[in-house]
Amino acid sequence: MSKEKSFTDQLWDFFCSLKLAIIILILLATTSIIGTVIEQNKSPQEYMQSYGMSESTYKALDALQVFDMYHSYWFLSLMGLFAVNLICCSIKRLPRIIKIVREPILVADDGLFRTFPNKGEVVTTGTVESVRDKVVALLGNKFATPVVTEEDGKIYLFSQKGALSRFSVYVTHSSILIIFLGAMIGNVWGYKAYVNIVEGQSISEVWSRAGQVPIPIGFELRCDDFEVTYYEGGSRPKDFTSDLVVLENGKEILKKTIEVNDPLSYKGLTFYQSSYGPAGDPVYRFRVKHRKSGETVTVRGAQGKHLKLPGGSDLIPMGYAESYQSFGPAAQVNIDSGDHAHGTPFIVFKNYPQFDEKRGGAYAISLIDVQQSYYTGLQVAKDPGVWVVWLGCLLIVLGSCSAFFFSHRRIWVSIQPLDKGIGVKLGGNAHRNQPAFALYFDELKKEFDDTLSS
Amino acid sequence: MTSSLLFNITTVAYFAAMVVFIVFLTAKNKAIGFFAILVCWVGFIANTGAIGMRWVEAYAMGYEQAPLSNLYESVVFFSWSILLIYLIFDLKYKQRAIGAFVIPFAFGGMIWAQWSLDATIAPLVPALQSNWLTYHVITCFIGYAAFAMACGVSIMYLIKINKEEKSAEGSPIGGILGMFPSSKVLDDLNYKAIMVGFPMLTLGIITGAAWANYAWGTYWSWDPKETWSLIVWFIYAAFLHARFTRGWVGRRVAWLSIFGFAATIFCYLGVNLVLSGLHSYGG
Repeated sequence: MSKEKSFTDQLWDFFCSLKLAIIILILLATTSIIGTVIEQNKSPQEYMQSYGMSESTYKALDALQVFDMYHSYWFLSLMGLFAVNLICCSIKRLPRIIKIVREPILVADDGLFRTFPNKGEVVTTGTVESVRDKVVALLGNKFATPVVTEEDGKIYLFSQKGALSRFSVYVTHSSILIIFLGAMIGNVWGYKAYVNIVEGQSISEVWSRAGQVPIPIGFELRCDDFEVTYYEGGSRPKDFTSDLVVLENGKEILKKTIEVNDPLSYKGLTFYQSSYGPAGDPVYRFRVKHRKSGETVTVRGAQGKHLKLPGGSDLIPMGYAESYQSFGPAAQVNIDSGDHAHGTPFIVFKNYPQFDEKRGGAYAISLIDVQQSYYTGLQVAKDPGVWVVWLGCLLIVLGSCSAFFFSHRRIWVSIQPLDKGIGVKLGGNAHRNQPAFALYFDELKKEFDDTLSS
Repeated sequence: MTSSLLFNITTVAYFAAMVVFIVFLTAKNKAIGFFAILVCWVGFIANTGAIGMRWVEAYAMGYEQAPLSNLYESVVFFSWSILLIYLIFDLKYKQRAIGAFVIPFAFGGMIWAQWSLDATIAPLVPALQSNWLTYHVITCFIGYAAFAMACGVSIMYLIKINKEEKSAEGSPIGGILGMFPSSKVLDDLNYKAIMVGFPMLTLGIITGAAWANYAWGTYWSWDPKETWSLIVWFIYAAFLHARFTRGWVGRRVAWLSIFGFAATIFCYLGVNLVLSGLHSYGG
C-alpha cells in the first residue's frame, strides 16, 4: 500500500514535524540556561579569576562561543531551525486549511454522518419544504445562517461558526517570524549608542556602544540642566531629570525634560536618561573679611586654585560637602600666606557665617555657595525594527488567545422524505475543545426535537 | 484595620483551608468541601483587602505607588493570584478536591512573606516609576498562578493515573484518591490552566520588553530574568505541542507542566536570589 518515501520527502516531513518543534523548544529552553549561569561578555581575565578557569578551559569554552552564547553560531542556528520548522509546517498544512474554510462540504452524505462525533436523528411530519424552513430558522436563530443545497429531492443544510479561528495557529506562528524579522531590521539598520552632555553644552554626534566610534545625528541636542531629587529626609534618589533641547540650524525645535522611564524621541532616535556625573571642578564663592583692614570681599574660583585675598594671602578651596554632619553645606579650605607654606585645612559653613570668626586667624571666611556643573549620561537608540517587533507581539497575543478560546464549529443537517414522515439528521463537529461543543450540541439537539415535534 | 492584620487573617485562612481540604478528602463529605471553599473566599477577601490597605498606607506616606514594589508585596500578590485562578476554576468546573493541591502554594507564599521578608513600605527607585510596572507584574503573576494551579493538578494526575492503571478495569477507586477527579478530567484541567497561563506569560514578557524599551532603549538584552522567562515560555510551548503528539500525552505532559512550574519559580525567585541582573531590586 504505502510507497517507500524518497529521502527528500522524509527530510521534508522531518522539517514539518511536530516532534521537531518539541525537540527544538526543549533544546532552546535547556541551552538558554548556560548564558544565565555564566555571565556574558566579560573579559578573559574575569572568567579566569572569578570562575577559576584554567586558560585551556577558557579557550575551549570560548571556541564554543559560550561567553556570548545568544549570538553564537550554534544558538542562532537553533533559532534558524526553529524558523524553518515554523515555515515548513505552515506550508504543509495551510493549503488544506484554506480549502476547508473556502470550500466547505455542503452536502453531508451518510458516510460523512458516520464520522461525526455528535449526531442526532428526528422523524417529523409535514413536507420537506416546511421542515427546511423550520430548520433554517432554528439554525439561523441559534447558531448561524445555513447554506441550503437541494439534491435528488433531499435537502442539505450546512452552517458554521468561527471558521477563521482555524488560522489563529498560523497567525501565532508567523508572529514569531515577524518578531525575528523586526530584530534583524534593528540589528542591520539600527544602533545603540551613548552620549554625555555637560550642562549648558550641546552635542551633534553620539558614541556607538559597539565600536566606540562617533555617529553624527544630523541635529544638535543641548542639555540646559540636570538634576537629582531625593525622597524627603533621606538619600534615596527620587528622580534624575535632564532638560533637553533639540536644535536644527541653531533654532530650537523641541524641548523636553526627560527622566528615567520617560525618554525623548526625535527623528528616529530616542534618548534615555541613564547616568550622570560631575563635569569639571566645582566653583566656590566665599565672603572673606580681612580682620586687619576690616575690608570684606567676595572671591570666586575653582577647586584647587589660589584665590587672591586682600593682605597678600591666597585662599585655596579643597573640597565640599552638600551636608556636613548636621550643619548644612560646608567647604574645606586652606590659606597660603604667601611663602607657599600651607596652613592646616579648616571647614567653613554656608549656614553659619559667624562660625569662622572664632578661629581667630587673619581672615574670617564663610561659604556663599558652590556650583558644580554636571553632565547627563544618555543612552541613545535607533531601532527601525521595533515597530515590526510590536506588530509581531500584538499578533502573537491575538493569535494565541484566538487559538485557545475559539474553535471552528460546523453543523450539517439532511432532510429527506421517508416512508412515514420526514427524516431529519443532524451532525456536527468542532476542530478544538470538543467537550464544550458536545454540551452545546446536546442543547441544540433538544431545541431540534422541541421545534420539529410541535 | 491595618494591612498587616489583614495579612495575618489571610495566612490563617489559607492554612485553615488546607486543613479543611484534607479533612474533605478523607471524610468525603460535600458539606466539608463547601466549607473549605468558604474559607478560601474569606482568605481571598482578606488578601484583597490587605493589598488594598497597603496601597492606602503607601499613599498616606506620600508614595504614589501600587503595592507591587518589592519582593514581599510580589509574594503576597502571587498568593492572591493563585486564589483568584483557583476560585474562578472552582466556579467554572466545580472540582473541589484540587484545592488540596493548589492552596498549599498560596499558603507557602504567605507564610514565607510574613516570616522572613521585609514588609516595610519603601518608595520606588526611579527605574521602577512607571505604569508598565503594574501591567507587567499583574500579567506575569496571573500567568505564574495559572502555572501553579496546573502543577498542582499535574501532581494529582500522576498519583491518580498510577492507581487507575493498577486497579482493575472499571472498578471504582476507593480511599482519598476516590475523591480526586478522573485522570481525564485532571489532564483537561491541566491544559485549561496552561491555556490561561500561557497567553498571560506571553503578555508579561511583552509588557516587560515594552517597558525595557521605553526605559533603556532595548526590548531584549538576554538578561537572566528575561532569559528565564523565555525558558518558561519554551517549556509551556513544548507542552502545548506535545498534547497533539502521540507518545507525549498523559504522564509526559504532566511532567512537563511540573518542570514548567519549577522553571517559573526559578525565574521568579531563583534568578533574584542566585543570579544577578537587571531585576536585582527583587520584584
